[in-house]
Amino acid sequence: MKFTMLPRTFAQMFKKPFTNKFPAKYAPASVTGFLKAVGEGKAKMIPPVETPPNFRGKIQYDKESCIGCKLCIKVCPTGAIEFKPEDKKIKIYLARCCFCSQCNDICPKDSLSMSNEFLLADTDKYSKDLIVE
Amino acid sequence: MSKGKTKTSYQIPIGPIHPALKEPVQFNFEIEGEKIVDVDIKLGQVHRSIEWAATKRNPVQVLYLAERICGICSYCHPMAFTLATERVAKIEVPERAQYLRIIHQELERICSHVLWAGVAAHEIGFDTVLFLTWQIRETALDLTEYLCGNRITKGITMIGGVRRDITSDMLPYINEKLNLIKGSWEKLRKIFLEDKTFQLRSQGCGVLTKEDALKLCAVGPLARASGVKKDVRIDQPYFSFGDFDIEYMTPDIVTGEVNGDVYDRIIVRLLEVKQSVELIGESIDRMPEGEIVSEPKLVKLLNQLKKIEGEGIGRMEAPRGEVFHYVKYMNAESPYSWKVRAPTYSNVLPWIPMFMGEQIADIPIVAASTDPCMSCTNRVGIVKNGRQSYMTSEQLHHLSVKKTKELMK
Ligand code: SF4
Ligand code: SF4
Repeated sequence: MKFTMLPRTFAQMFKKPFTNKFPAKYAPASVTGFLKAVGEGKAKMIPPVETPPNFRGKIQYDKESCIGCKLCIKVCPTGAIEFKPEDKKIKIYLARCCFCSQCNDICPKDSLSMSNEFLLADTDKYSKDLIVE
Repeated sequence: MSKGKTKTSYQIPIGPIHPALKEPVQFNFEIEGEKIVDVDIKLGQVHRSIEWAATKRNPVQVLYLAERICGICSYCHPMAFTLATERVAKIEVPERAQYLRIIHQELERICSHVLWAGVAAHEIGFDTVLFLTWQIRETALDLTEYLCGNRITKGITMIGGVRRDITSDMLPYINEKLNLIKGSWEKLRKIFLEDKTFQLRSQGCGVLTKEDALKLCAVGPLARASGVKKDVRIDQPYFSFGDFDIEYMTPDIVTGEVNGDVYDRIIVRLLEVKQSVELIGESIDRMPEGEIVSEPKLVKLLNQLKKIEGEGIGRMEAPRGEVFHYVKYMNAESPYSWKVRAPTYSNVLPWIPMFMGEQIADIPIVAASTDPCMSCTNRVGIVKNGRQSYMTSEQLHHLSVKKTKELMK
């Protein structure tokens, strides 16, 4: 076969595209506006591809069980965790986090876990969505 | 374009940033008509001081720093560092972990080679194939995400083992994805090896003879495509590679001859994708039960690593060739010294004979055919008063001797 890609290209015209068109078929002019419309039920969002089990997403912190041992700070490769001496708890700046999950592994009290939330893009690195405490 | 060395030739600079190159490197071509008669390569555009940064972190933190040396080899760099560290600390790795390490390494090879195939297609202007390879790569990335939790920077390496196990309930999904990749491989093979467009652009283009490959110390698929049988997995088996019957992938397996051109490099990489899929399947079948890490308590491990002294090396066959890490510990929290030699470093010089005599339009595909990774390679950049300068080999030799003496103290 001289041009092996041609038949595949023609066949593709009648197939569903591989790409999942998240969040909408056509990129909305304003994402915030679009999300608002979704919230009001005026527009429909195409859901993202599902995350697999044990996905490393946004960190969840159980403040009650934390004993302030600072071990997570010791292993965090990016310096994303800050210690709050007043109440002996920690504060995680997700804008710095590289989602390696190393803090989860070392925590003796299992206070840290990872959720499957991954839509964390923000223009402000100190926004309250990006700080876990 | 500027005046050349002779009256009839002229110079074209390509890079440091150029749409034909995926990473910053600068070529100065001496052109006569359409023909390349000379080339000068300038590196040092993306130096990031990673080796220095490691001396300010503990070994567990360095793993994630090493992961960021290269986005595509995000497994073999931390792993080579781990091998070096394990050698210093005399840590025994459980057998199950050895097999898991193979699985992750071969998965990385699949991702990298398929990505390269797409880039190569793009460089010759065949973007339809680029999208096809991306579809296949997506399958491999899904599998990576399933096994590690991340798609690119795997975060799976741990000193003394790996961080995540593969349980029996994960096998159906893994097999499904592996079968998908196997099925797509056949399609890829047809397109890359039988399509007229590819043959026209890659056969006889960017030739690196076996002699040159040996003389200039080429590594990885580039060397194998020139007929040099060189593969760390076979030559100096690490992990459990000693238990496997692996073959050197050279182009003569398919065509019966070795030309050392871009076409041969495509063949080698395609063969290696198939080999990797088989290796993953075999590892899963042969993996014994047991622990996946020698010291599950991280605090204990860190304390142990604080007290080690000595130097170690880690060698691995990365997707682009041999990666080499040297590390020295001196009874401290952080490594005393760390040196990384990425495969592209060895594959820079072979570029020169490959470019000679080619046409300007072949520059992108010839440059891409070694699968260069500049960020891995750059170790030093000398900038003084805003101007970049280069060192002669005598100066470098002098500095190198000085550093060795310092390390030996
Ligand atoms: S996941 Fe990694 S980078 Fe993020 S806070 Fe935990 S240790 Fe730090
Ligand atoms: S390791 Fe766990 S218990 Fe210790 S400070 Fe961090 S979150 Fe708290």
